[in-house]
Amino acid sequence: MLESYFPILIFILLGVAFGLVPVLASWIINPRKGYDEKLSPYECGFNAFEDTRMPFSVKYYLIAILFILFDLETAFLFPWAVVLDKIGWFGFGAMMIFLTLLVIGFIFEWKKGALEWE
Amino acid sequence: MWNDVLALIWIVIKILIIVLPLMGAVAYLTLAERKIIGYMQCRIGPNRVGIRGIGQPLADGLKLFLKEIIVPSKANAYLFILAPVLTIAPALAAWAVIPFNQDWVLSNINAGLLYALAMTSLGVYGILMAGWASNSKYAFLGALRSAAQIISYEIAMGFALVGVLIAANSANLQDIVLRQSGGFFHWFWLPLLPLFVVYWIAGLAETNRHPFDLAEGESEIVAGFHVEYSGITFAVFFLAEYANMIFISALASIMFLGGWLSPFEGVPLLGSLFAWVPGIVWFVTKIAFFLFLYIWIRATLPRYRYDQVMRLGWKILIPVTIVWIVVASLAVELHVGPWFNY
Repeated sequence: MLESYFPILIFILLGVAFGLVPVLASWIINPRKGYDEKLSPYECGFNAFEDTRMPFSVKYYLIAILFILFDLETAFLFPWAVVLDKIGWFGFGAMMIFLTLLVIGFIFEWKKGALEWE
Repeated sequence: MWNDVLALIWIVIKILIIVLPLMGAVAYLTLAERKIIGYMQCRIGPNRVGIRGIGQPLADGLKLFLKEIIVPSKANAYLFILAPVLTIAPALAAWAVIPFNQDWVLSNINAGLLYALAMTSLGVYGILMAGWASNSKYAFLGALRSAAQIISYEIAMGFALVGVLIAANSANLQDIVLRQSGGFFHWFWLPLLPLFVVYWIAGLAETNRHPFDLAEGESEIVAGFHVEYSGITFAVFFLAEYANMIFISALASIMFLGGWLSPFEGVPLLGSLFAWVPGIVWFVTKIAFFLFLYIWIRATLPRYRYDQVMRLGWKILIPVTIVWIVVASLAVELHVGPWFNY
């Protein structure tokens, strides 16, 4: 069982190597001649006049929180979906109660305007 | 000991058999994209390198490899270099569970679909890291937009995958394909049509492709999260994006269009006429169809506005998938039709 995951581990390591090797090779063989203008961050042709790490809209944070809720939900649904034919109507009913609760929460978010983006 | 080493070498060879053609496909997908969009706009597209532009991807790759890597001042150099690597590693590793034909799969695990979803979600870390480490406003804004868009559409995508699991009764990709055997109308695109459409739209958004490419938005935030990347680091991001496109297409054909199964199965004359075609030919044809769709959509549709993207993801796609999950699980309990009858 577990040994079928071993090729995946090797694949992930090779994937990292596929990204790292060309970058390192290019880093070694190419010249790097930097000066202030060349190395400054791109900003429409003039000098950057503000710090990049600026405050950003709280909406992004809200979206991330909502995402965690719904992604957890997906994590619950995955094993349930695979065994649905074995657990029958009881399993179906249990998940419907869970889904109803989630949908009530979803409607609440919707009405509160958490999904609006202006 | 010696046997273990041989087994390891065999695994590495199998991985290279998957990855090297994939890299070739990525290279020529870029050429195909430029050519097809060119012809759709009454241009010819690249035609100088080699015969009718056939050497263009190689020339591009060589050029990018020989360019200087510029690390902007005040950027976090380690994260800056690490970000493209972290983007491409999951984009490649996701291919470990894809069955190319009956039993042609590197790792036939039970939780194949879960693994595929996990790997496609990991891509967002590379993007966030690139945007933060570049210390550039455009990169930062692009990364924020991109991350919020990707996680929003991942919910719809995850729900669409749940629908497939309900119909197939297994998370093993090979089982999912075999469950669809029996001909064109036994494939899951028909009973799960809304989920198929949702999956495809979410797939476009997950890979930051048109019409959801406002993370890159050339005309507003120049190139989004990879604005400061040059040379090979940019090329690695590019490779990862195109490898992801091919992966989404492959997953779509496995889950909804019957993977390596022939579309003529069960048709009187055509079925026996095409019986000799190996499964991988059908699989690659289906992937090519989806890739053409990607390019066609890019040439046709204008870019969405950001609030429209969010509205589509949260207010349309998610309700549709929730409703269809209920419908599909009811169909399983009631053993409806040829699809849920087991």
